[in-house]
Amino acid sequence: MSKSAIIIGGGAAGMETASQLARLGIEVDLIEKQSRLGGHLNSWDRLFPNRRDSKEVFEYLEQDMNDGISLHLNAEIETILKAGDRFTLSLRDGKELHSDALVIATGYEVFDARKKEEYGYGIYDNVITSVELEEFFRNNKQKNLFEGIKSKRVGIVHCVGSRDEKAGNLYCSKLCCVTGVKQAIEIKELMPDAEIFCFYMDLRMFDRHFEEMYYEAQEKWGIQFIRGRLSEASENPDHTLLLKLEDTLTGLPLKMKVDLLILLVGFIPSPETRRLAAMLGLKEGDDRFLCPADEHTITNSTTIPGVFLAGTVKGPASIASTITDARSTALQVATYLK
Amino acid sequence: MKPFGYTITKDRQIDFDANDREVTGFINEVEPSIRLCMGCGSCTATCSAGHFTDLNIRRIHTFVQRGELQHLKKEIMKCMLCGKCQLVCPRGVNLRNLILSIHTALEKSGI
Amino acid sequence: MKIEGKQRIWLDYQKEIADDHFFYVRSCVRQNFFPGSEKTFLRILQSELSKDIYENPSHTTCSGIGYHTDIVPFATSMTMVARQFALMTEAGYENFTTSCITSFGLYSEVLETWHHFPETEEKTREFLHKATGREFKKPNNVSHASDIIFRFRKEIADKGKYRLVNQRTGQPLKVVEHIGCHYSKMFPSKGVGGAEYPYVLVGMIEDWGGEVIDYPERRHCCGFGFRQYLVQANRGFSISCSKKKFDSMEPYKPDMILTNCPGCPMFLDRWQYAISEMEGKTYGENGHGIPVLTYEELAGLVLGYNPWDLGLQVHQVPIEPLLDKIGIPYDPEMKFRGADGQDLGKPDPPSVLKFYTEKV
Repeated sequence: MSKSAIIIGGGAAGMETASQLARLGIEVDLIEKQSRLGGHLNSWDRLFPNRRDSKEVFEYLEQDMNDGISLHLNAEIETILKAGDRFTLSLRDGKELHSDALVIATGYEVFDARKKEEYGYGIYDNVITSVELEEFFRNNKQKNLFEGIKSKRVGIVHCVGSRDEKAGNLYCSKLCCVTGVKQAIEIKELMPDAEIFCFYMDLRMFDRHFEEMYYEAQEKWGIQFIRGRLSEASENPDHTLLLKLEDTLTGLPLKMKVDLLILLVGFIPSPETRRLAAMLGLKEGDDRFLCPADEHTITNSTTIPGVFLAGTVKGPASIASTITDARSTALQVATYLK
Repeated sequence: MKPFGYTITKDRQIDFDANDREVTGFINEVEPSIRLCMGCGSCTATCSAGHFTDLNIRRIHTFVQRGELQHLKKEIMKCMLCGKCQLVCPRGVNLRNLILSIHTALEKSGI
Repeated sequence: MKIEGKQRIWLDYQKEIADDHFFYVRSCVRQNFFPGSEKTFLRILQSELSKDIYENPSHTTCSGIGYHTDIVPFATSMTMVARQFALMTEAGYENFTTSCITSFGLYSEVLETWHHFPETEEKTREFLHKATGREFKKPNNVSHASDIIFRFRKEIADKGKYRLVNQRTGQPLKVVEHIGCHYSKMFPSKGVGGAEYPYVLVGMIEDWGGEVIDYPERRHCCGFGFRQYLVQANRGFSISCSKKKFDSMEPYKPDMILTNCPGCPMFLDRWQYAISEMEGKTYGENGHGIPVLTYEELAGLVLGYNPWDLGLQVHQVPIEPLLDKIGIPYDPEMKFRGADGQDLGKPDPPSVLKFYTEKV
């Protein structure tokens, strides 16, 4: 009987792990709770650092998949049991699946910006998240983005829900800074006479071409970067927002008006990931993301034999590194199943 | 007026919307490399005059961006145009031209 | 503005407010600033709502003002608070209600300290017994008087004769509300609505027909911190804080300010006069300033009490424009007359802030 693996999660990590394992001759069941594959890849418009269309990446991952994969969409997991070397998954619709290996690729969610009451998300009219901005870009390519809003000034707030003890998340979500810079450029492209301000504590432009993107944002697009964390936003009579922050580079408190405020929300471990981890006895870090067996040398397996991790269940990661990670996980699974 | 024994303190918060940014616009046009500044402070650290006077070139041009021009004239007079700041800037900002342009701009606006 | 966003937050910060049998402790100075307020509170609770509210004449200050100015050490404050509780226990009450917001903050702080550090409670019992021979039980519920008015706001609205609506235009009055710092900034869970968007005064205003203004400096302190103003030279800081609030609320054209602290309305009222003398600037319409009310005064107006019985004549910002807007009748002749109608003299008019002399 040929060996089999179940992959939980049909986002970028799940799709690529499935493709690689199927190519190696392993029977794969790919379980996805939504009605389509792609996960968060379906939420983004253009990807940093080169602003290419995310649909191209999705199509690549989709085409890579072949007939060796049994796809289960709209599937929710009730329980997982491990008996010896075998795993049994019971789905909500009554189906039961068995396998010799399990890959957790259930990904992340974004921080709920309503928890930052002082930013006014869900209260003031012109406060949106970076995710909503991406959706807007993705679905409204023909329309002028800010038709309804007389946006001449846009503020982008870094570190919303990350690096924040009050939000319960001390960690850095890593990718929001570059997202903010990317979105600043994209907004300026659509509205050349708008003034765009990024309010940051530190700019984490850690990967290849990220720093150059920051340089381009300043030089070519005139995006202004003010170092100071937004302390509160209030609403003016005309529904514009009054921002209060410290301009740390001058050492003075500053207030300014913006027409639109965009919150760069961070990553949080998804509740589903945590539920499954609890069922399997997987270790969580202090940041509540899942821990691999070793932080440096065994980053795709867990301490439970047969249970593997791929993608953002381990923490914030870009799509490029998620795809690479998925391939690495596939190799570990294949080796284990030999 | 009755002697109250105290007075209203001026608000030191930068009111970005109220500040006149005409000088800012002039500087950005005349020396566009200023946009590249990332606030690292290398210029101020190496500035000879800055060790013995209150000249802080990083802060001066940040104030110009915000439109806060009140005490800049006196402070910027302390620059001797030695050019060390420009030598060390990692982003390649043309600082000597920036300083000369700020002088010109402040004169033109009668500050 | 999406009000559902705020309502969601308010639901997170609900607190228990007792509904009868209150032991009332007064404020040190409130009767000087706003003479009618505490009496009005008692009148509303006893006559309108038929509640049992009792105060013991030998109750003292809670020592909040001394504690917050570093004159009274915390151990002494705890003992004074314990004595107040002892008087409550002896009178057979369990629901404690305070007139002053700093008191409320101090009682909450002391109870929290005893909760987290039981040895301090033991010590306090010892101190109290040695000093006075009294013993106490901790109250079941500590509410501020504004919490109680908040709780009964609908009953007050039902009995009310007037609504917070501008008679001339038919529009709801625009009300700025201001919470005392000690109410929810120290213990957000002990304030109705929490610290970001407190609800205790908003609830009253909305149920009495008015419209709440959310302006950018809403959360800013009025400057009544004891450390800020007790020394004359520091008062510049206080007046600047209040001025920042006035400048921020001005574009919204508020009709009145409502507060729930003894100090805040005092400053928000008196500083308008001081600012007008120092800088010649007035807020509100026609140079009259923006009237500032305590919640008892507003409840009294809604219920149709005589404005001069509420102590509104001692407000520095004239209250008559507001009375005219609501349509509350008043006798201008009786404003500066005593209870028996005797002439008490008139204050000198200020040079910039106008007295209200014409009735429109």
